[in-house]
Amino acid sequence: MELTVNWYLALSAILFSIGVMGVLFRSNAIVILLSVELMLNAVNVSIIALAQMMADSTGHILVFFVLAVAAAEAAIGLSLVIALFRTKPTVDVNEFNLLKH
Amino acid sequence: MDLSQAYDAMLGDLAGAFPLVLLAVAGLVIVVWDAFRNNDPLLPYIAGGALAIGLVFEGSQLASEQTTLFYGNIRAGGFAAFINMVLLGGTLLSVVLSVPYLRQIKHAYGEVYALMLFATVGMMALATGNSLIMLFVGLETMSVCLYILVGLVRKDEGSIESAFKYFVLGAFATGFFLYGIALLYGATGTVYLHEMQSGFAQSGATTMFWAGVGLLLVGFFFKVSAVPFHMWTPDAYQGAPTTLTGYMSTTSKAAAFTALILVLYYALPPERWTTVLAVVAVLTMVAGNVLALAQDNVKRMLAYSSIAHGGYILVGLAAGTAAGYSGALYYLLIYSIMNIGAFGVIALLEWDGKIGREQTMESLSGIGTQRPFLGLAMAVFMFSLIGFPPFGGFFGKVAVFGPAIDAGLTWLAVIGLLASVASAGYYLRVVYVFSFKSADERPAEAPATGTGFNVPFSSLAVLSLCVVLLVVVGFIPGLRDVTTHYFIDMAVAAGTL
Repeated sequence: MELTVNWYLALSAILFSIGVMGVLFRSNAIVILLSVELMLNAVNVSIIALAQMMADSTGHILVFFVLAVAAAEAAIGLSLVIALFRTKPTVDVNEFNLLKH
Repeated sequence: MDLSQAYDAMLGDLAGAFPLVLLAVAGLVIVVWDAFRNNDPLLPYIAGGALAIGLVFEGSQLASEQTTLFYGNIRAGGFAAFINMVLLGGTLLSVVLSVPYLRQIKHAYGEVYALMLFATVGMMALATGNSLIMLFVGLETMSVCLYILVGLVRKDEGSIESAFKYFVLGAFATGFFLYGIALLYGATGTVYLHEMQSGFAQSGATTMFWAGVGLLLVGFFFKVSAVPFHMWTPDAYQGAPTTLTGYMSTTSKAAAFTALILVLYYALPPERWTTVLAVVAVLTMVAGNVLALAQDNVKRMLAYSSIAHGGYILVGLAAGTAAGYSGALYYLLIYSIMNIGAFGVIALLEWDGKIGREQTMESLSGIGTQRPFLGLAMAVFMFSLIGFPPFGGFFGKVAVFGPAIDAGLTWLAVIGLLASVASAGYYLRVVYVFSFKSADERPAEAPATGTGFNVPFSSLAVLSLCVVLLVVVGFIPGLRDVTTHYFIDMAVAAGTL
């Protein structure tokens, strides 16, 4: 069986969905961060597969930008979790509910 | 693409992207300076100077030909100069308002100004980007800086909570945005906006293209806080330092809307968008205004009001004509002035030590009699936000609702007008509380009548400038034409009008 680009796109869609579910349904702040990273990297799979299919280097360059951005977001996200933890010693996001309608 | 002269070409293009480079360098200077002389009071002056120079430069480019720089990655001149002026001007006003405010809440950090400059660089890249890579990098540069600015008061539980919520939903939206970029790239084989339509026609990958467009739009709707993707907005705006709320609610929205306009105008086939945008616009206007009516906290009320204003701008976009797009740009300019002014006034009236997130409307009773200037300025901002003539907001609304009627969307414009009338309910309540309630009705823990609420000269100057601009902006001859001709002329040149 040959691996066509559609297999990569399907894998990427599944990984992305897992990431989305993680952000929406998990309440652990660290797991939410992991899920966000999973979403970004799932997209990277798509981009690389498509760039390879079209033999176009632009997509590969885009992936490097995405990696850099994901790293910056992870740094900010983790530091926010640490700051949250200092105000209240938990990483359960349901415990943080000061701002409401 | 011939790359043998790439280095020379890029060096030559640096001059065209001068404000972008200048702000980035000034931001780095502030970071290094701050490392040696922590929180030096000189730092805001560096930021302000760089912004002012950038503003003057873009002003000189306003009439020039539109071009692209760095091998078609970023726009300069004309249209780009206009939106850059909105972004630089908004940031400059916010920097001046932030200096006394941050001192008042005892968070006068030097790096705030570096982050504001970096965020503005991101906004400019987002608003003038001509390739999907540039849009993504600009969007993220902006967002990452704003996450930090929202959580600036990190000892305060509410502030850090709002920053975390903003971060999670912002990063979530980034995922959708990026997935949209990936699929569009796959369907068209290019990342350049102006090549997308021909690329799509060549490849014919219909499913992937429309899926990509849908995901990209979801990402954009998150960033411009359109309903139903608005949940983060009130929390983020309520917990952020007030002058920075004014900053992020205006400039970041202006940048994201401009990028959305460019994508709609250049990259996507013209049909099919009106219905989607019109439905989102209706939801945004109705939900924003209804939820704002129920708020008792002024910051939260203004957050919902800014959602509603996003809806008005979407009306212009839904029209889908050159006039609608240019009306939206014009609205962004006016909206920036009035919202920065309104948050600037609120910032001066804070006393709860929790960056105003627990102050009710009643805590502002009688400010108008105690500080007549603030009462007057707030009244002007509120009337302008309603869209009351002769203030700027009125002309902005004409500029977005008019093209919608011309495009056959009369029902949408009618809903917009009804929403504006409903919005008078909460805006006028602010005016009423400011001017007609007695200061005795303030909560017991408020500062005693006749004390507190110093108005520094710099804030006074900025607020006066906003008031004057709002009064005269509708009457400046040619200002409306400036935004129109960017789109109308291009449409004529392309033979679509």
